[in-house]
Amino acid sequence: MSATVHHPEAAKEFVANSERMQWHDMALWFVRNKRDLQAAKTPEWEYLRELAAEIKAHTQANLDVYLEEFERQAAARGAVVHWAADAAEHNEIVLGILQKNGVQRIVKSKSMLTEECHLNPFLEAHGVEVIDSDLGERIIQMRNEPPSHIVLPAIHLKKEDVGNTFHQHLGIPPHISDPKVLTEVARGHLRRKFLDAQAGITGVNFAIAETGAVVVCTNEGNADLGASLPPIHIACMGIEKLIARQEDLGVFTRLLARSATGQPITTYTSHFQGPKPGGQFHIVLVDNGRTGIRDSDQFREALNCIRCGACMNTCPVYRRSGGHSYAAVVPGPIGSVLSPAADAKQHHSLPFACSLCGSCTDVCPVKIPLHHQLLAWRQEIARLGHLPASKRLSMKAASFLFSHPRLYSIVGSLGRLALRMTPRWLLYNRLNPWGIEREMPPAPRASFRKWYDRERARQNPLPVVSSSSQQNMETQP
Amino acid sequence: MRVGLFVPCYIDQLYPDVAISTLEVLEQFGVQVHFPNAQTCCGQPMANTGCADQAAPMARRMIEIFHSFDYVVCPSGSCTAMVTHHYGHFFHTKGRDAYEKLRKKTYEFTQFVAEFLRPERFDIPFPHRVGLHQSCHGLRELRLGQCSERMLETRDLAGELLSKVPGLTLVKPTRVDECCGFGGTFAVAEADVSVAMGQSRIEDHLQAGAEVVTAGDMSCLMHLQGLLERQKQPLRVMHLAQILAGRPKDINVSTRGSS
Repeated sequence: MSATVHHPEAAKEFVANSERMQWHDMALWFVRNKRDLQAAKTPEWEYLRELAAEIKAHTQANLDVYLEEFERQAAARGAVVHWAADAAEHNEIVLGILQKNGVQRIVKSKSMLTEECHLNPFLEAHGVEVIDSDLGERIIQMRNEPPSHIVLPAIHLKKEDVGNTFHQHLGIPPHISDPKVLTEVARGHLRRKFLDAQAGITGVNFAIAETGAVVVCTNEGNADLGASLPPIHIACMGIEKLIARQEDLGVFTRLLARSATGQPITTYTSHFQGPKPGGQFHIVLVDNGRTGIRDSDQFREALNCIRCGACMNTCPVYRRSGGHSYAAVVPGPIGSVLSPAADAKQHHSLPFACSLCGSCTDVCPVKIPLHHQLLAWRQEIARLGHLPASKRLSMKAASFLFSHPRLYSIVGSLGRLALRMTPRWLLYNRLNPWGIEREMPPAPRASFRKWYDRERARQNPLPVVSSSSQQNMETQP
Repeated sequence: MRVGLFVPCYIDQLYPDVAISTLEVLEQFGVQVHFPNAQTCCGQPMANTGCADQAAPMARRMIEIFHSFDYVVCPSGSCTAMVTHHYGHFFHTKGRDAYEKLRKKTYEFTQFVAEFLRPERFDIPFPHRVGLHQSCHGLRELRLGQCSERMLETRDLAGELLSKVPGLTLVKPTRVDECCGFGGTFAVAEADVSVAMGQSRIEDHLQAGAEVVTAGDMSCLMHLQGLLERQKQPLRVMHLAQILAGRPKDINVSTRGSS
């Protein structure tokens, strides 16, 4: 397993490049804005969100039944359904299918699940050439980087960076940054890969129990080419992608396109049922920790996620720290909920990479209470003993202090006195993170309680008899 | 109507004038206000750090301290939301009824003023351009205003109150309800991101032409004030209660409290 991640340190470099950070912030805010415009144009928006959350809750409550129905229906239409308990099993299943058919070259459309299972390096280690066919994913694949966003995997890159990457990997002349030219270069490069591929892997946006169909949404049509040109199509999905009925799909496709990119409709919404004549169609159902989340009252709703990325676009922390600072398969608010579920120790800092502003919860199309789940994770992390000692001890001390009003009052007075008396050079140093770029708050001579005691307490006595511990004994410095 | 004034610890210690202003506004409307001085902190810093065991005694103290009042009013959306939205799990088994009573009678300051006192207008003019910072917990937990993410129309309580102050011009930043980046211990633990967030709020309000940024939460303003003073920017921070109480007589008087 990878090393423990400390988000504040991982974010440092991204934040330090102020110009780029602000560009990233505004690029994602632009997408959030487009989403707002589309949502505002949909009078039933909040009703759709509610409905989507309820459909997901119902499906998860009956997941066993619907999964088996899905398998029956899919198999009846000629698909081969595989069950994988974890990432390793998923990877073995996919490799098995490829090896059995002598496949050495595949194209793969965007799939956060295969990213989660680290399928690419696994297949490559077994001699299979994997080409990511989503443009953003292909760019970061060339650069050997993970995606920094689940819908916009190369959002951390500017067009000049893409030009440089294509110069290095595709041999185009240097310093080309015209998006039209770069797109044509990518198109030419990918077309050859599509034609050469012996199998296509796709992700799955939705799977429908009553029809056994899987639904894949892309704007580039790359999943359709990858699923249609080669004879073998392997669709890999987490078991939470399931919905019960075909007629409910529209609730989700409407929410997805608008939430993800502010489009009224996704360019390609393709339904796959059964193999093409003479071909093979495999569906791999993956658990990899999902039943654990489903069993948790605290975090169950996280499985509602339709991977639209709206919580990333709206998150003020994500926009300013960049997706890579999370060092997780899924970054941003939903990632900070899912990652600790996979490994709480490694990802312990992620639920704290959040100001608890709650924007993610309100933007989420399937009503995952994201910021409350992040708060719940903080408790879990403390309970599991992954909280740094500094935090643990300071909170113990604070709790003691706040339980003793007299002591609180004395310490408050002394603290303010110290704040007034301490020379700047001693007050502002590396051990005071508040003061690196901010002035300390004011330190008035009297607290409010002191003022109240002096000005009001006597003519305005408390309606109840105070116990001795409630007497104010503040000392005047 | 007997109101217990619930003063957040940092306001008590660092911004006494915010609590005095709150008290004065309530008294102007004939409300009898008391400050029970056994109160300290609502426990939010501990709870938000994940230390529920350390926050729980704070929650229990709050119930004891305020049980005899008809209402509890607090000049902070965040601390109010802690009591009304995040205490539930401390009283799952014991003290549920007592907590329910506290929850139902606890109000954030603007909420209480708008709901019970319903002022026609305020007397003392504030002839300045004011940017309203919508503090997140007031907005997205207490729903004191229109959240830009939600497609449900909601009354903007702070905006309504400010529109009743003579001479005050409300200016609008482009991102109407983006977080300032304070976030409690987040401001220190994630200082770089926190500062970057605060910086962009300041620029937005300056662009909008604000002379003063106001909010229902002094904690957000403490963070922005720290940045503004370091950079010597021509923008002041004032809590909503301070504007409604007619402060300051002279805008150039320091907002650094009474000393």
